[in-house]
Amino acid sequence: MTGTPYVTLEAVTRQWGGKGGVRDVSLAVPEGAFVSILGPSGCGKSTLLRLISGLEAPDAGCVRIAGRDMTARPASDRGLSMVFQSYALFPHLSVRENILFGMRVRRVQRAEREAKLAQAVAMLGLEGLEGRKPAALSGGQRQRVALARAVVSGHPLCLMDEPLSNLDAKLRHSVRRDIKGLQRRLGLTVIYVTHDQTEAMSLSDQVVLMRDGAVEQVGSPRALYADPVSTFAAEFIGDPPMAIVEGAALGRPGALIGLRPEHLSPAASVPDLAGIVCEVEYMGAATHLIVDHPAARGLILSVPGHADWRPGQRIGLHLPQEHRVLFDAQTGKAKKDPQQDYGGDRRQTAPRDSRKAPQPHPSTD
Amino acid sequence: MPDLAALRRRRHAIHGWLLLTPALVMLTTFAFYPTVATLWTSLFSRGTRRRPTEFVGLENYQRLFDDPTFWLVAKNNLLYAGVTIPISIALALAMALWANSKIPARSFVRTAYFTPTVLPMIAAGNLWLFFYTPGFGVLDQIGALFGAPSVNWLGQPETALWAVCAVTIWKEAGFFMIFYLAALQTIPPDLKEAAQIEGASRWAYTRRIVLPLLMPTTLFILVNAMINSVKLIDHLFILTKGGPSDASKLILYYIWENAFAFFDAPAAAAMTVLVLAVLGALAAFQFFVIDRRTHYR
Repeated sequence: MTGTPYVTLEAVTRQWGGKGGVRDVSLAVPEGAFVSILGPSGCGKSTLLRLISGLEAPDAGCVRIAGRDMTARPASDRGLSMVFQSYALFPHLSVRENILFGMRVRRVQRAEREAKLAQAVAMLGLEGLEGRKPAALSGGQRQRVALARAVVSGHPLCLMDEPLSNLDAKLRHSVRRDIKGLQRRLGLTVIYVTHDQTEAMSLSDQVVLMRDGAVEQVGSPRALYADPVSTFAAEFIGDPPMAIVEGAALGRPGALIGLRPEHLSPAASVPDLAGIVCEVEYMGAATHLIVDHPAARGLILSVPGHADWRPGQRIGLHLPQEHRVLFDAQTGKAKKDPQQDYGGDRRQTAPRDSRKAPQPHPSTD
Repeated sequence: MPDLAALRRRRHAIHGWLLLTPALVMLTTFAFYPTVATLWTSLFSRGTRRRPTEFVGLENYQRLFDDPTFWLVAKNNLLYAGVTIPISIALALAMALWANSKIPARSFVRTAYFTPTVLPMIAAGNLWLFFYTPGFGVLDQIGALFGAPSVNWLGQPETALWAVCAVTIWKEAGFFMIFYLAALQTIPPDLKEAAQIEGASRWAYTRRIVLPLLMPTTLFILVNAMINSVKLIDHLFILTKGGPSDASKLILYYIWENAFAFFDAPAAAAMTVLVLAVLGALAAFQFFVIDRRTHYR
């Protein structure tokens, strides 16, 4: 993640009748970076991507690509390729013609066309499928054709709009790695829209978390996980996400206290909080205990291996001081607390992913 | 004990036939039987009081081929189809592309284009009769503004068929536009955006993506237009009655004349059989040859 900003948005606004869309978004995407735009549906992340692509024009603000002001330029001038959620393959054209389409309309020489086609086909493992129509391909193959179309364009910037959402879970993992590999190999700058925080966390150098048309938090996946700026960020990132407990229940009125599931554990002696187990989800490597407490939401305990708990049982919870993250109860924004150490930089066990998180506390097994 | 599998198979067969029956009855009564009856009639002589009907083989067809009016009418119909079909399809496509784009008063435009289709052909004929009337018709009045002489569009053999063609194009284009409009709306907007990002101009997008995706619709419209060019003759009764001197007479109008004005049923039947054969061959050509080169989604 080095280099100068390749794509820059300056106070970009695009709304429809004062609603939806994005308001006043500024963003800098470094050259060669993999940046995810993450957020719940309707938060404006696709609009943001369309503003960068030029398929949508901003009401206000400025879009710069490679240092040039592109705000008023059409999509074809911006030197970018795009992978659509629906793949947008031309149904009447064969795989070969789909990949060649852009070069044909740009009147690229025949020899160059053929060379690039062969290269893209080999790179994405589409050999033998060149003559097929999109309808005769599987979802994963269509996805690869869409990627090949982006690759042959030779543009340094690639926009992806939820490219994995139409694939089944297993395929999603392998294509995810393919995309990342492709980006590395070609040195592409990728802007990737998704609503799936696992995708965003595992792929990106930088995550842009959006909420209601505005940027909530920008940072590395690790920073987002360890230092959420608000309860919204805390509850959006992580699987399962951060639990939020009202401060009054823990002797800190006026605050909300957030805790990652892997830091919760059954209390050995005096519990910090006592709740009732309302659901037990066995995941193989870990068991998730969903705990009900009147002053808490999203209280999920992740204990390694199989845990022998039954719904309806009372459970005492240990909420380690050093992992408590404080939020303001009114604004939901993170609070700096001098006594608290919640900084990801200083925490030794800062995990990137809850599943792989080290477990500093004894389990019930 | 009866064989259960056989029993079930028979029940399936009965079920199938029951489902087929309504369509079969309707088609037999109104399509198959009349076709066979027409073919049968065309092989017999015209019966009079003194000479009863007798089998004459292909004599009626021979008589038809010797009739110069038949050839003139066939030529008229070919010209009529050759002019009205491509023009109305091209016009329909152009109107659909326009009415599908983001323009002000879009639904008004669509409705305006579709209005001629809603009018009965007889009403449209009367409307155009007023347009064409020499002296005080709309066309002549507009022409007079520019100092053009009065033209009797329907009254002279050189212009009559063209005047009839114009009415048909006006009537059909709006109808075909609806099919194109429906087809255009099934093309996902993603495709346009993908083409845009690839640098395709509007024209390149239309030619390489939209037109190929509209091929199934074009084929359907082509079949309909072809059938209509033979079938739709109501306006002739109002505008020209086939005249002057058969210049605007079309096949079906001539068949009608033979059957109900000259009371020569065998001649009409023979002509009908010929028309059916030609239309059948055309439909087969379209479905078996053009169809293969068409992409269906």
